[in-house]
Amino acid sequence: MGFFLETLFGGLMVGMLYSLIALGFVLIYKASGVFNFSQGAMVLFAALAMARFYEWIPKWFGFDNKLLANVLAFAVAVAIMIAVAWVIERLVLRKLVNQEHITLLMATLGISYFLEGFGQMLFGSDIYKIDVGMPKDPVIVLEKLLEGGVLINKEDLYAAAIAAALVALLALFFQKTATGRALRAVADDHQAAQSIGIPLGRIWIIVWSVAGVVALVAGVIWGSKLGVQFSLSLVALKALPVVILGGLTSVPGAIIGGLIIGVGEKLSEIYIGPKLGGGIEIWFAYVLALLFLLVRPQGLFGEKIIDRV
Amino acid sequence: MLYRENGQFKSSYRADQQIFPILQDRVAILALLALAFVAVPVFASEYLLRAIFVPFLILSLAALGLNILVGYCGQISLGTGAFMAIGAYAAYNFQARIEGVPLIVALLLGGLCSTVVGVLFGVPSLRIKGLYLAVATLAAQFFTDWAFLRIQWFTNNSSSGSVSVAGLNVFGVPIESPVQKYLLCLGFLVVFALLAKNLVRGAIGREWMAIRDMDVAAAVIGIRPVYAKLTAFAVSSFIVGVAGGLWGFIHLGSWEPAAFNIDRSFQLLFMVIIGGLGSIMGSFFGAAFIVVLPVFLDKLPYWFNVPLDTATASHLTFMVFGALIVFFLIVEPHGIARLWSTAKEKLRLWPFPH
Repeated sequence: MGFFLETLFGGLMVGMLYSLIALGFVLIYKASGVFNFSQGAMVLFAALAMARFYEWIPKWFGFDNKLLANVLAFAVAVAIMIAVAWVIERLVLRKLVNQEHITLLMATLGISYFLEGFGQMLFGSDIYKIDVGMPKDPVIVLEKLLEGGVLINKEDLYAAAIAAALVALLALFFQKTATGRALRAVADDHQAAQSIGIPLGRIWIIVWSVAGVVALVAGVIWGSKLGVQFSLSLVALKALPVVILGGLTSVPGAIIGGLIIGVGEKLSEIYIGPKLGGGIEIWFAYVLALLFLLVRPQGLFGEKIIDRV
Repeated sequence: MLYRENGQFKSSYRADQQIFPILQDRVAILALLALAFVAVPVFASEYLLRAIFVPFLILSLAALGLNILVGYCGQISLGTGAFMAIGAYAAYNFQARIEGVPLIVALLLGGLCSTVVGVLFGVPSLRIKGLYLAVATLAAQFFTDWAFLRIQWFTNNSSSGSVSVAGLNVFGVPIESPVQKYLLCLGFLVVFALLAKNLVRGAIGREWMAIRDMDVAAAVIGIRPVYAKLTAFAVSSFIVGVAGGLWGFIHLGSWEPAAFNIDRSFQLLFMVIIGGLGSIMGSFFGAAFIVVLPVFLDKLPYWFNVPLDTATASHLTFMVFGALIVFFLIVEPHGIARLWSTAKEKLRLWPFPH
């Protein structure tokens, strides 16, 4: 029982991190109808920027304060992600308005190749460390209820808390601010939003910037767990089943989808994996999503797809 | 002036419905075939044949298969690499386990296995549509990646899924030199291209296109979505499977599952989209572009004598590749095939456009 709970918690934590990446997909899809395959490359790019500026800034200015260095590096990385968003909107999105989904999808694949090459050329392609002072030691909870208690990684707990806070913040931003309202209007209907005077270009820059910042947070958390390296861009592939499971257009869907995939993946790896030869995590998530979709083709919380002739 | 159909009157349905109704087109395609079958093997160097022509032919074949699914039937698939892998490994198993199976039969049987799996993974397309389907097809990709790595039976108990083939021959003729490989691939490509062209011109091709343009409307006018979608999946994965078999047997010789990973799927999708969705010709243009571009980018620094270390060079290649793809999509979202047909239209009026 203790072991089961441990796996369950582990799955929930990982799921929270998947949601964080899935969130980036959903934000951009909602506002610009682009299925942004470059989200993984953005995570890598942001994490690389953060890790490198954390090394460089203290060297340039000659101080030795970890907190200050982290804060400055984060700020610089945010600025870089906003710049990336601006460039993408200017050079790519604006020219591809009204193209088909698949063309846009391929364009983001092109962007992701570019970002992967550019990021590694600019910042180097070794493995870098991000140290934002997350505790690495595990804690044992529920000792009174269960024999031996349940082992939880403190780092995972912090990461989940950060992810939850970010989601809450985004929800507030979307629901309560004028910009958030404009974003939702654009998500609803581009043309109607434009006709009442919402500047589409600026909204897109904002959304891509927000997605960039989300990518940065995801990159920092994943990076401090696994180290910043090329394989970071592959976590996006793990977030894809989360996105379609939760529904492409739903923020809560991304969260709940992430939790389902995280838990399903971990439990299957432990309880079904050995029978099949192990390593089933990666396809299990997709098959799980596929089975869910067979019941609800628009995902758990996606907008219902209505076909009219 | 030269490319004009004036005076070419058709007096039978047969003449009216041929693949190339214009005489100049027929002449051009015959010349192209002669060039491909005679001139290229005679004049091209071994390196050129091995590094460019053979991959180009095989990947065009795969792109052709994918184009039927994505371009004609409108079902986006990100799992093409999986179907190539199934074709390759199935063909390998037929050769390794059954004594004396001819190469061509093994490859076709491999394609058949790929068809079966393709139809299986095509079944969700009846319910799941658009981008949801695209992501769902990744299930096929990751599942086969895993299966060929972990299930030893598929790879004849070789470790890490790497297998190799040797001593290939077709009708007693050994397939060893680049020229022989080239001719074999070319033969396959020509036959399948002709087949595909005729399929998409026929009733079934029209059904696919109707489903692509709007599946509900197509169903209303009496096209069975189940039949149309599943046949598209079947034909597409058959061609892709045969291409996978060729890729493993002829181009690589020995391979492991990573040869057919998700990057391969993306590469093929790029070919189809840059070449032109819903165009047989486009598959060739796209394959040529995607095969030649990286080779060209690799060579570029040497030509200009710019010394670059390998890491920087590979990052630069990534960047330029990505940027060029975006550039192409912006300049011509309908692919090179559209440029081609525009050029042909212009040529018809040249030199007196008014």
